[in-house]
Amino acid sequence: MSNDVDLTAAGDETFARPNLQRQLWEGRAIKNNVLTVLTWIIAILASVPLISVIYMLVMRGGTRLFGVDFVEVMTALPPAGFEMGGGIGPAIVGTLAMVAIATVISVPFGIMAAIYLAILGPTSKLATTSRFLAKVLTGFPSILAGVFVYAVLVVNFGYSPWAGGVALSVLMLPTVVLAAEEAIKQVPQRMKDAAFGIGCTRTQVIWKVVLPTGLPGIMTGVMLAIAGAAGESAPLLFTALFSNYFLESLSPVNNPTASLSILIYNFSGMPFENQIELAWTASLVLVLIVLVFNILARFFGQSKV
Amino acid sequence: MNAVAASDVAQTSEFIAEPYQPEGPTVIDCDVKKIFYGDFLAVRDSVVPVEKHKITAFIGPSGCGKSTVLRSLNRMNDLIPVFRFEGNVIYHGQDIYASNVDPVVVRRYIGMVFQQPNPFSMSIYDNVAFGLKLNKFRGDYDEKVQTALERAALWKEVKDKLKNSGLSLSGGQQQRLCIARAIATEPDVLLMDEPCSALDPIATRQVEELMLELRERFTVGLVTHNMQQATRVGDTTAFFSVDISKSGRTGYLVEMGPTRQVFDDPKEDLTKEYVRGEFS
Repeated sequence: MSNDVDLTAAGDETFARPNLQRQLWEGRAIKNNVLTVLTWIIAILASVPLISVIYMLVMRGGTRLFGVDFVEVMTALPPAGFEMGGGIGPAIVGTLAMVAIATVISVPFGIMAAIYLAILGPTSKLATTSRFLAKVLTGFPSILAGVFVYAVLVVNFGYSPWAGGVALSVLMLPTVVLAAEEAIKQVPQRMKDAAFGIGCTRTQVIWKVVLPTGLPGIMTGVMLAIAGAAGESAPLLFTALFSNYFLESLSPVNNPTASLSILIYNFSGMPFENQIELAWTASLVLVLIVLVFNILARFFGQSKV
Repeated sequence: MNAVAASDVAQTSEFIAEPYQPEGPTVIDCDVKKIFYGDFLAVRDSVVPVEKHKITAFIGPSGCGKSTVLRSLNRMNDLIPVFRFEGNVIYHGQDIYASNVDPVVVRRYIGMVFQQPNPFSMSIYDNVAFGLKLNKFRGDYDEKVQTALERAALWKEVKDKLKNSGLSLSGGQQQRLCIARAIATEPDVLLMDEPCSALDPIATRQVEELMLELRERFTVGLVTHNMQQATRVGDTTAFFSVDISKSGRTGYLVEMGPTRQVFDDPKEDLTKEYVRGEFS
């Protein structure tokens, strides 16, 4: 009891009314404020180019897209020379078709490769090599994918949506593989144990437990890969070329195909106001397509694991 | 006292437990000669008969190989690449380690409940129906799912939310869901590897009561850290210990018998020390 009294007394003496008020002009307070303001300024500067790109796209591409011409822009053939009006219909169809082809090729291969990397032989020589190559390929110059497909397919069969799709799939594959491998590895071991414990074969464990559980992560990777592929132009230059007409068939022989990115490239260099305006519109449409897939990726990523 | 205990352990380096002669019929006759993980001898010389419609409890200090032995009874350890088993596990007259035996089929008859609740990332209903679908069951799924959940004492809590994810349940409910999933296919034997170690006391009590009911229909093998749990639910108890006299840490069976006898009147000094809580 007497101890308590002593302690209180000692405390009172040592900490006699400390000053707790904020000292604005103290050294570290100034430093703190300056650095905070600095980060604000840098953050705003960094977002200036991003916002101005979007602003310019919406301003210059939006007039045609969101105006009375909407249907014409989305469906009509591109104009020739001094023609007025016209649209980017073939390019939209071509881009979507080639991205679809690339997805159909890269997703099954990518997921199967990921299953091998994550479950069947994660430490095998083949796995470590292909994982390394996949990582290298994520930074692969996209024009080389075009040159590669040009040498393998286009030289023999001519330009086609398939050649374009294959070139895009080369670019998508590493993203899909690495994302799917990561998603599959996230499936807890105890879930796999449960499946084995109930009498699943390894195939059943993979099909019925691992893939459904890892699906949100796999879909996120696929959507991001699609978004990346949709915006590519370099690999399509050598493989799909361009066309002013709608894709009439999926023929893999001599079937040049329009795409948004090449249309932007072609029209932006023309001396006609109408074409330049359409190039802006096409840019906005392309950004919106990429945005849709990015939003889908986030949507899938959020669903339960 | 500690010194005496250590010397006792040292003397038992070649100790082999007296085989337990069960009174009733057995479902599994497990005769472990040696179990290796790579070069490491994990368990040696342990004869563990598992009696029909009884709960066989496996107790012992950490690293004594009780889980390893339990997981050898349905070939779960085959999933570990370096695992090697020497001996026999006779299940209804067949050695499950015979070369012509498919471990996948073994696991459909000898089910397993794990230490951590591990429901699949799917609905409660689908979790229970999973094993049925696997076995290509044709018939009334709803009825089977309900029966399994009722037997697992979970039906009342989940009957209105069967479509919810199994992962949305609490830990104790998840573990009972896993038990429902394991018994939906009516396995012959249910192996439980420390099923209550991740559960709170109330959930533990529920799962223990459940085990006693399950005993009527199934044969249960139970690994537990908790000696009170062994006395509460175990019909027979197998006590394992660790052999530290050799270079490794090799587990072996010290004593097996009716639970009452192992706890009240153990034959071996080591058992006596362990059940009194003198080492762990």
